[in-house]
Amino acid sequence: MRAFEHRAVRSAEEAVAALQADTAGETSVIAGGAELLSLMKANLIAPAHIIDLKPARELRGVSVAPDGSVRIGALTTLADIERDATLAARLPILPAAVRDAATPQLRNMATVGGNLMQRNRCWYFRGPYDCWLKGGDQCFARDGENKYSAIFDESPCVAVHPSDLAPALLALEASVLVVGPQGERAVALGDLLRPPTAERRRETTLGGAEVIVAVSIPAQPAGAHGVYLKLMDRQAWAYALVSAAAQMTLRDGQLVERARLALGGVANAPRRLPAVEAALEGQTLTPALAAQAAEQAVAGATPLAHNGYKVQLARELTRRAILQAAGMEW
Amino acid sequence: MKQSIRVTVNGEEHTSEVEPRTLLVTYLREQLDLTGTHIGCDTGQCGACTVMLDGQPVKSCMVLAVQADGAQVGTVEGLAANGKYHPIQDAFWEKHGLQCGFCTPGMMIAAVGLLERNPDPSDAEIREQLEGNLCRCTGYQNIVAAVRSAAEAMRAGNAQPVATSGASGAGAAGGVAGGVAGGEEA
Ligand SMILES: Cc1cc2nc3c(=O)[nH]c(=O)nc-3n(C[C@H](O)[C@H](O)[C@H](O)COP(=O)(O)OP(=O)(O)OC[C@H]3O[C@@H](n4cnc5c(N)ncnc54)[C@H](O)[C@@H]3O)c2cc1C
Ligand code: SF4
Ligand code: FES
Ligand code: FES
Repeated sequence: MRAFEHRAVRSAEEAVAALQADTAGETSVIAGGAELLSLMKANLIAPAHIIDLKPARELRGVSVAPDGSVRIGALTTLADIERDATLAARLPILPAAVRDAATPQLRNMATVGGNLMQRNRCWYFRGPYDCWLKGGDQCFARDGENKYSAIFDESPCVAVHPSDLAPALLALEASVLVVGPQGERAVALGDLLRPPTAERRRETTLGGAEVIVAVSIPAQPAGAHGVYLKLMDRQAWAYALVSAAAQMTLRDGQLVERARLALGGVANAPRRLPAVEAALEGQTLTPALAAQAAEQAVAGATPLAHNGYKVQLARELTRRAILQAAGMEW
Repeated sequence: MKQSIRVTVNGEEHTSEVEPRTLLVTYLREQLDLTGTHIGCDTGQCGACTVMLDGQPVKSCMVLAVQADGAQVGTVEGLAANGKYHPIQDAFWEKHGLQCGFCTPGMMIAAVGLLERNPDPSDAEIREQLEGNLCRCTGYQNIVAAVRSAAEAMRAGNAQPVATSGASGAGAAGGVAGGVAGGEEA
């Protein structure tokens, strides 16, 4: 690991100033470090300056605003989310989403901001390959080992976003509060995590001198309930093959008033499922309707040589998530 | 450029000069000579490097020493107190919770972290909470038995409490266990 200078800051603004001051772009922000140190150990990045956000204590914690929206500070750890009483009561989909993420020791360090900003797990990306995402001219996964790759083709890169938190936040229609040189802005999570493009070979649209301060989740309708389902290669401690987040509001136990769904593990970014939502809303929920709506989750999928199984997983997990979020037998 | 840090390890305060790129596990092993904390994978996967950081188990290969500035750190060396093994150590011995012993320090610290939150865990909860610790010898069966047995011993009060809220580091269990328990955040 290259030697670097470490500086602790007490606020996000201070971090922005430090990022802005380094015109060479060799400054990285560190929160829990679980991802940044992995990237540095693998020589994927070699920052000269590290700005340590951890002392910025006001960035940690969960609070409820008068309008019922919930704010989760960027430095809130995954373990905090797992144990937070407010979230357990109001947004149980979030503790459910982090419970199977990484391992207890990592959840004690890993933060919300770092979890959203983590890079993908494609082995060509993590290994010594000059692939497209790293500036090369070819994606090696596309015609190579692509068991874990995306089944939707939205970018020259077919790596999936590994976060468990992101699909759940997407189903909650969360926005991300960011500070940068121009001050604070709110960006929808779906606009922050985007498929990489030729001009932006990254998984995120966050600016180079921007820092996440919090995620904000709008007030949910009375009676809304959510689940997060994650399928793994083994039963413990693995990244999702496919995951499904569903946040549903039913009237009289059967009529779907509102449905919000998202999948992880199938695309470059967590994927909202508007067609599934449309197929459910205003309808009386039955197991048959759930199965029918879940078909929409994989419409347009173009699996690669080794990941066709994900189509079936995505469809089935969507079906189960719909029924479980509605409190029905699946 | 080296940076000065102050860390309380197993109840004892250290002021050290470290390179910012020094990992917490390297600092413990090479600068403080506390080699009980092992390095297995160096990538956050195996859990051999698990230590308590401010009352919570973390993987010390994924933490910079400078990130532990001002913190309470607890390692396997801090488990025994007053010449007596900690109940988790007795239990690993009695239940054959180890073979080669490489994973054992991290496994015991992770187990102590679990028992502080949940004094009476089910087998399933033990397995779930130790999912971040890999053992290539035992097949885990005896590790689960050891943790269950330690839980019983600790509930029966056979030992000093490990869950002293250690912000002051001066709890009833003294500096050592206080260091392990650390200043747990509410
Ligand atoms: C063995 C292992 C297994 C894992 N399994 C899972 C899993 O199953 N599910 C899952 O979701 N995750 C998993 N992870 C990933 C883990 O959750 C992330 O590494 C962690 O959440 C990153 O958070 P951090 O605070 O440690 O980030 P850091 O490592 O500190 O930072 C990560 C990146 O985010 C940037 N960053 C951090 N905070 C901010 C901020 N506030 N604003 C802007 N940029 C910021 C950093 O500059 C860096 O680029 C796993 C990791 C490991 C090592
Ligand atoms: S999927 Fe993305 S990260 Fe993997 S080889 Fe292709 S371009 Fe690189
Ligand atoms: S050495 Fe730290 S987790 Fe393996
Ligand atoms: S006892 Fe050998 S690795 Fe666990």
